[in-house]
Amino acid sequence: MNEFLHQLASGLALGGVYAIMALALVMIYQATQLVNFAQGEMAMFSTYFAWKLMDTGWPYWGAFAATVVVSFLGGLAIERLVVRPFAKAPVLSSIIVFIGLALIFNALAGWLYGYSVVTVDTPFSGRPWFGNVYMSAHESGAVLVSLAVLALVYAFFRFTPLGLAMRAAAQNPTSSRLVGIRVGWMLALGWGLAAAIGAIAGMMAAPIVYLDPNMMGGVLLYAFAGAVLGGIDNPFGAAFGGFAVGVLENLIGAYVVGAETKLSVALAIIIGVLVWRPSGLFGRRLVARV
Amino acid sequence: MARADELARVATLAVFAAGLAFPFLASGYHLYQGAETLIYAIALLGLNLLTGFNGQISLGHGAFFAIGAYGTAVLATKAGLPYWAAIPLASVICFVAGFLFGFPALRFGGLYLALATFALAVATPQILAFKGFEAWTGGFQGILLTKPKPPFGLKLSADQWLYLICFFSAAALFWAARNLTTGRVGRALIAIRDHPIAAETMGVNAALYKTSCFGVSALYAGVAGGLSAIAVGFVSPESFGLALSLSFLVGVVIGGLASLGGVIFGAVFIEFVPNLADQLSMSFGESAKALPGAIYGVLLILAMAGAPSGAAGALRAIASRTLGALGFR
Repeated sequence: MNEFLHQLASGLALGGVYAIMALALVMIYQATQLVNFAQGEMAMFSTYFAWKLMDTGWPYWGAFAATVVVSFLGGLAIERLVVRPFAKAPVLSSIIVFIGLALIFNALAGWLYGYSVVTVDTPFSGRPWFGNVYMSAHESGAVLVSLAVLALVYAFFRFTPLGLAMRAAAQNPTSSRLVGIRVGWMLALGWGLAAAIGAIAGMMAAPIVYLDPNMMGGVLLYAFAGAVLGGIDNPFGAAFGGFAVGVLENLIGAYVVGAETKLSVALAIIIGVLVWRPSGLFGRRLVARV
Repeated sequence: MARADELARVATLAVFAAGLAFPFLASGYHLYQGAETLIYAIALLGLNLLTGFNGQISLGHGAFFAIGAYGTAVLATKAGLPYWAAIPLASVICFVAGFLFGFPALRFGGLYLALATFALAVATPQILAFKGFEAWTGGFQGILLTKPKPPFGLKLSADQWLYLICFFSAAALFWAARNLTTGRVGRALIAIRDHPIAAETMGVNAALYKTSCFGVSALYAGVAGGLSAIAVGFVSPESFGLALSLSFLVGVVIGGLASLGGVIFGAVFIEFVPNLADQLSMSFGESAKALPGAIYGVLLILAMAGAPSGAAGALRAIASRTLGALGFR
């Protein structure tokens, strides 16, 4: 029982990371009906940036804030410079461009920071929190940070004019343009936000899975699984899916297939959901018009 | 137009002759690189049938390559089959696997198919190393194979024979792909890619064509995987990761989507760019390991922006321009 609760708890911790990664994916999906395959590598690159800042003596939260801001600007710039020219291209071209971006970030990280694994500090150290014996301090902290990010994103989209404008631009670009919303910039903002959220996910994941240029490959896959499970057009579904996938991955990994075969859980979830319930648990059912 | 067609035929024959003469001119490692290039060309041919002609994206063809390689290795070592029986049998397994994967793929459509095949590519090494299969697959250690010897007392070295096996397999599969794509089937595949609803209205059974195309594409990847298993003499889970699947995608895009001749450029490209990086890393240290990824990434984006028809398209444009200038038409 103890062992089971341990697995459950660490599943929740990683699940939080998957949840906010899935949220970042959904944010871009809602606006463009595309999934950013480079999201993981972008997050990995941001994490290296944070690590480098801390390495040169920055305090953790200073580096954290700087990384989030820089990632936001980076995401914005990528949308403007690389993604924008393909806005009208077929899905296949966009996916190939995203894969290209992922390869570039992976290579860039390897070139700048090397391929050896580095350990990243965590701001949450010391004794487990709240007498919670099943989670380390970092795991508790990661869950809290994920929940905070979810709450902030919700508040932003629900209560601010800018958030409303971004939702409008994603749902109905033409009408939004007519009422004076700059749809192109809203898309770019979406990319910036997604990159910033991804950076937080990366920094929370790094102390658990260790940082190297391929760190986010697995995380991105679980985030995909979470987004598909919860419904890729529904932010809260995707966040729920992320947590669920984190828990499932850990439990199935521990008790059914073995920890070395955990990635196949994500594969099974993705294919299973797409076969039996393509819109996910909370997604809208799409009806295509012929 | 007849002159241009003739020219294309002459070019094909020239490439065929050069490929056939190669093992008697080159030796040692170059021969092995030649064989590997042909193996990649076969895999790219399969992926191009699926992605280029039928418009179904696959980021996970490394998985079918792996099934071909492991199928061949297991059949050869555990069932004691000779390679000429093991590779076709493993390829048939690949066809079935591809066909079955194609079924749920029918419901996905572009983006979801990319997600599912991406998951397949990432999970493949772990599935291959799975403890439950260890008795057959050797787990992380993989399987060792013996290289085939030339039959009938032919005066060929083992390397030359291996190259020739790859060469004739590639030639046969190119011929098959050409026949498949130029006829009725090819038209149906392209119609489904360009306008699925119109294609179905015209009586094309889209579901059957798409799943079969997935199966045939996986079969090509499987033949390539099987050949690679006997060429390398070794299979292990680590060599069939996401990087392999993505390099196939790069090869197809660089060579040119929906171009059969283009896959040769693509294959040469993905064979030699990592080699080049290896050589550079001797003088520049570890950071040169980043080179293939960087080149791949930049070229993927540039190709999508400037030359969606890849190297083959660029070459065709140049050829038709020169021919036009010379007065052929």
